[in-house]
Amino acid sequence: MRFRAPWLMPALLMPTLLLPALGHAADRIVVGSKVFTEGFVLGEIAAQAIEADSTATVERKLGMGNTGILFEALSSGAIDVYSDYTGTLSEAILKQPDLKSIADIRAALEKMDLVMSEPLGFNDTYALAVKESFAEKNDLHTISDLARIETSISAGFSYEFMDRKDGYAGLTERYRLHFDPQRVNRMEHSLSFQAIDDGAVNLIDLYSTDAKIEKSKLRVLKDNRGYFPVYQAVWVARREFTQSHPREWQTLRKLEGSISEQAMVAMNAQADIEHQSYAKIASQFLGSDAPRAQSWQAGILQRTREHLWLVGLSLLFSVLVGIPLGLAAVRFPTAGQAILIISAVIQTVPSLALLCVLIPVFGVGTKPALAALCLYSLLPVVLNTFTGVRTVDPSHLENARAFGLTRPQILFRIVLPLASPTVLAGIKNATIVSIGTATLAALVGAGGYGAPIVSGLSLNDVPTILTGAIPAALMALIAYGLFELLGRLLIPKGLREQSKIAQPGPR
Amino acid sequence: MLELQNIYKTFQDRQVLTDVNLKVPTGATHALIGASGSGKTTLLRVTLGLIPFDKGYVKINDQALLSFSPSAWADRIGYVPQEGGLFPHLSASDNVSLVPRLRGWKKPKIAERIEQLRELVELTTRALGRFPQELSGGQKQRVAIMRAAMMDPQLMLLDEPMAALDPLIRRSLQTELKSIFQRLGKTVLIVTHDLGEAAFLAEQITLLHLGRVIQSGTYRQLLDHPADPLVTAFINAQRTLADAVQVA
Repeated sequence: MRFRAPWLMPALLMPTLLLPALGHAADRIVVGSKVFTEGFVLGEIAAQAIEADSTATVERKLGMGNTGILFEALSSGAIDVYSDYTGTLSEAILKQPDLKSIADIRAALEKMDLVMSEPLGFNDTYALAVKESFAEKNDLHTISDLARIETSISAGFSYEFMDRKDGYAGLTERYRLHFDPQRVNRMEHSLSFQAIDDGAVNLIDLYSTDAKIEKSKLRVLKDNRGYFPVYQAVWVARREFTQSHPREWQTLRKLEGSISEQAMVAMNAQADIEHQSYAKIASQFLGSDAPRAQSWQAGILQRTREHLWLVGLSLLFSVLVGIPLGLAAVRFPTAGQAILIISAVIQTVPSLALLCVLIPVFGVGTKPALAALCLYSLLPVVLNTFTGVRTVDPSHLENARAFGLTRPQILFRIVLPLASPTVLAGIKNATIVSIGTATLAALVGAGGYGAPIVSGLSLNDVPTILTGAIPAALMALIAYGLFELLGRLLIPKGLREQSKIAQPGPR
Repeated sequence: MLELQNIYKTFQDRQVLTDVNLKVPTGATHALIGASGSGKTTLLRVTLGLIPFDKGYVKINDQALLSFSPSAWADRIGYVPQEGGLFPHLSASDNVSLVPRLRGWKKPKIAERIEQLRELVELTTRALGRFPQELSGGQKQRVAIMRAAMMDPQLMLLDEPMAALDPLIRRSLQTELKSIFQRLGKTVLIVTHDLGEAAFLAEQITLLHLGRVIQSGTYRQLLDHPADPLVTAFINAQRTLADAVQVA
């Protein structure tokens, strides 16, 4: 095999990586969701409802992150619609906690070019619950009813509930309840269900649509004095979307008032406790027969495409920028040290922290994820280019000059080929790092193999995690194999025995 | 014809070449000899145009170095670096054809020239397809000479051509180098620290010491009419132990 120039490498590699990411459907509606069960279920319901009624392609970006990320995604147009709660909107988004009425919140959102639907029918707020049997025995229906047994009842309340201003203190004041302090236990929220099941406590705090309400046979006491803030679930959409897709927006609005608290609790339980797929839960709710969600193969294919896009683009960047930077570091030693130190420092920033820093600059979605990946894949390429070029025997350079080769000829004919084993090892390293790190991209809504990992983690569902983790590992293995092959094509035969790898430190 | 006239060169305030004069007539073989630190490598680099010098002229066939572009000058000199200096990532034939390819030579012309030189240095076609690390020391030298001769230079410049070879191969290659030089018919300058090699290959020898020419002449002249006690000292230092035993 005759030697081919190493700068051909990215040219050979990239089109194959980028190809799958091309080609977007013209009419596309993007549904987002937060990264907890209820968000996933509502997102899937929205997606399937639109799919049933519309010819537009629905793209699901479910489990993108917390409120901030979803809102940012909506504002920037990365998604068209998602579900949120009136209380969250007024407090976390509008920063006006005193805005209570639907009309007021809607008016405030209007100013931001956002449209809010009527409530979907359930209120996901703090609530107090007792065992159904305990409620029967003591005839408990409302929080006020607790006054009758205030000194004898034992409670298990979460730390958050005990410490929040709108939690325990305010509640007892509003309802004039006088619990026995000895019988009020602070405990980890997830343990309180176990405690009430075991009869260790009789009263706990929870979210009103918690999946475990059904399983633990709990009765949620009515907030008859309206103490807890209202967290009505609603759709939030970009105005532009509601105008360009009035039919689809109407489809979503038909769901207003249609999801009761009981229905939501049941669906959360199907997901959390029975481990049913969101697609199946949503299709059962909508009354459609077969889940219209993508098959798992199609899902993996789409995530593979997203993942390849992230890895491929960041790799292209690291090659196009990293190799020149590495060369510059050799040419200008002082600046070179700075380049190496900066790329090493970037490498030590934890991925999540880096993503957080990048969100204000790039928003959410693919952009910040790409930026983070580019920065991470830079060091191996810069460092290996630097090392590879620095370790080229200087006598070869002098000889090349003596033969009358020009600077570019020396660079491309002598230096880069001689350094190619080390440079290629750096690119290989960057690729593997990038395939692994790209799973974190799901946290900012960039999709990829990280999406099932994130949603699996939120559900504590190992099989779902594996549908992301296994393909990611396979992709890394395949990339490794491809680079071995590329090495055979690109590294001059005369150098192959001595190919060396400069490893950056593990992160 | 190679002419070095009144070459001066300082390096970091140190005078490394002082008034160096050297003349190699067309077709002659000349040896530049000296211990390490004598300035012979510096003079070699000056001749190749790799480093600037302070004063003097470097001329090949009456044309001065400074009137040429680096590549045009390079094409007038066929340079054989120490140990051949083959690029490890290129096969022997790619090493040989590197410069002509960059100069835009057509493939048939390159192939023809390679074949001509291959026969001249008596290298097998198979060896030409190999990579440097697969070649013996002698084969590397032959490939390096082919590479140096490709552009039909007016001067062949060899830096310690035998230094890395083992003594037996050295002996046979010296004989062969001599006949290669004759067949090439070029002006040749060999830089070496080995007096025996210099005497065997070259008609004229120039002894360099601390950046100055101590004496130029034939081996006999250096032996019989040393211009300086240093010449005798240098010659004696290079006599083999066997010689020394015989003299005693």
